[in-house]
Amino acid sequence: MSEVALNGTTATTSAALSRASALNRLRLSDVVFRELTRVAIFAVLALLSGVILALIIGSVPALSAFGLSFVTTEVWNPVTEKFGALAPIYGTLVTSAIAMVIAVPVGLMVAFFLTQLCPLWLRRPIAIAIELLAGIPSIIYGIWGLFVFAPFLQKHIQPFLIDTFDGVPGLQDVFAGPPYGIGVLTAGFILAIMVLPFITAISRDVFDAVPPVLKEAAYGLGCTRWEVFKHVVLPFTRVGVIGGVMLGLGRALGETMAVTFVIGNAHTVSASILAPGTTISASIANEFTEAVGDLYTSSLIALGLILFVITFIVLAIARYMLLRLQQQGR
Amino acid sequence: MKITKIAWTAAALIATSWSAFAADISGAGATFPYPIYAKWADAYKKETGVGLNYQSIGSGGGIKQIKAKTVTFGASDAPLSGKDLDETGLAQFPMVMGGIVPVVNLDGVKPGDLVLDGPTLAKIYLGEIKKWDDAAIAKLNPGAKLPSTAIALVHRSDGSGTTYNFTYYLADVSPEWKTKVGTNTAVQWPAGIGAKGNEGVANNVAQTKGSIGYVEYAYAKQNKLTFTKMVNKAGKTVAPTSEAFQAAAANANWKSQPGYGVILANQPGDASWPMTAATWILVYKKPSDAAATAEALKFFAWSYAKGQDMAKSLDYVPMPANVVSDIEKMWASDIKDSSGKPVFTLTH
Repeated sequence: MSEVALNGTTATTSAALSRASALNRLRLSDVVFRELTRVAIFAVLALLSGVILALIIGSVPALSAFGLSFVTTEVWNPVTEKFGALAPIYGTLVTSAIAMVIAVPVGLMVAFFLTQLCPLWLRRPIAIAIELLAGIPSIIYGIWGLFVFAPFLQKHIQPFLIDTFDGVPGLQDVFAGPPYGIGVLTAGFILAIMVLPFITAISRDVFDAVPPVLKEAAYGLGCTRWEVFKHVVLPFTRVGVIGGVMLGLGRALGETMAVTFVIGNAHTVSASILAPGTTISASIANEFTEAVGDLYTSSLIALGLILFVITFIVLAIARYMLLRLQQQGR
Repeated sequence: MKITKIAWTAAALIATSWSAFAADISGAGATFPYPIYAKWADAYKKETGVGLNYQSIGSGGGIKQIKAKTVTFGASDAPLSGKDLDETGLAQFPMVMGGIVPVVNLDGVKPGDLVLDGPTLAKIYLGEIKKWDDAAIAKLNPGAKLPSTAIALVHRSDGSGTTYNFTYYLADVSPEWKTKVGTNTAVQWPAGIGAKGNEGVANNVAQTKGSIGYVEYAYAKQNKLTFTKMVNKAGKTVAPTSEAFQAAAANANWKSQPGYGVILANQPGDASWPMTAATWILVYKKPSDAAATAEALKFFAWSYAKGQDMAKSLDYVPMPANVVSDIEKMWASDIKDSSGKPVFTLTH
């Protein structure tokens, strides 16, 4: 009897023990998991600050040698080691602006068609086709731009632009010069194609979020489709659309390979958008491998820092817009 | 258990691949000689079992890598100055030569039809001659039908030894070029569009009517581009051929510069092509790994001796025999291990 009782206590103790050890194991794995996630977070933060720090340290020689004139002068002379970032900054902003001017209206129209006008069976194929555009590697866009698109522009579009605007004050300077085929305008076109899927995808999602009752009410009042788009859909989704545009702009600013192929890589600030130019990322990609001398390398790193700051501002605005959209949705 | 097994296999694999790497010669640098280095390396590996791991990252990159001692040899299209060589303790010698040719895209103009001279080429690249029917071009090409179209300039957008040699030539023939632009692997181009690499320039010229560019001869030939003839220093009109490149090399005074750093642009001689260029190898005079440097020199000696036909087949020009024997003497006298013995001596 006593033996049994004894056995019974051992059994309970051992059961309690095994439960405790199982709990301990669980607790241990939980702690390990928590610490792992924490390490991951710190790793990302350390990487980010490491990149910023490396960019700042790397660009110190150039920025201290040229000061503020680094961002205000156009000269980029590896022979005399005088460097100014105006041409790449200008090229980056102008190509992105051209891309936005083309891609935003087209992207919005595509999104509106997909959500409001398109027959249901056609929606998926069109949506997939546009998303495929986002999946094409940028180098493919570059090669296509150089071999197919640039000769087409050179033969048909650019001579037409030059002739049309010849003699028009202001515009004749914007569309001046021999038709090279490649140049700032071509780069802008290619970027427009590349950012179109971003703008379309986000606009489509936010257009879908417009309450049908609003649109139906508007149609009921006799609004045309354009009026519904302009007065109901766009105002309701404005913040989300701007967020999508900003994400597209972020991609346009940093795009490298496709732009390098078609922009002409000339360190000049030209009034004409048919002239060759350069962007920050294209300059770095072109010149970093062969940059000899500390000042040259440092100037290229400083270019990288400037691009980092520009994209950071753009993405911060995008995040802010999307945040406001979420609050509005609640 | 399983994991340890996998780890051990992986470790073993890494170990074996490392030991395989150890036998290979490692180098980095210029892209221009990469095709011939690759061809030599392939034949050399078949014969000796020793491979070459060459990264064609560009001359500037090659100089950086050898200075950081991450490779056994560096390769550059632009020679280091005597001062640089002394400071770094590097030995420099030319490996192979090639020619740079102007290429154009004009309707009805076939390879070798058009003749240019140095000052005219400089004025074109300065953006001063803007149209193909300019008097300066017409004077060099009497009877040729030149269109009144704008000249579309194409140059390299990346730093390059080709650009170094091209701008060296232009600075040599045009004082204006020398003061306004100068000579370097990358310069501030007064006009034109930039394209990446020899192939980029070749493509852009092929695409653009009325364009002019400069590429390595091999690229012009492979892409069937319209190269021009040039008027050389002796005032003779020459076509770009291996014989013309060789003539320029033969007339050069290799000993005039430290490390054989002679730029072959604008050499004297009736048959000399004015834009001939050499490419150099850099190794340490007192290498930390003498055995690796010995392997590299062995490969270079083999290439000098047996690689000549391979070089010619790819439109490169092998170094003249007298220069090679001089270089090999320099190896014996200058490149030594820690005990002061030459790391490599020829046995033939």
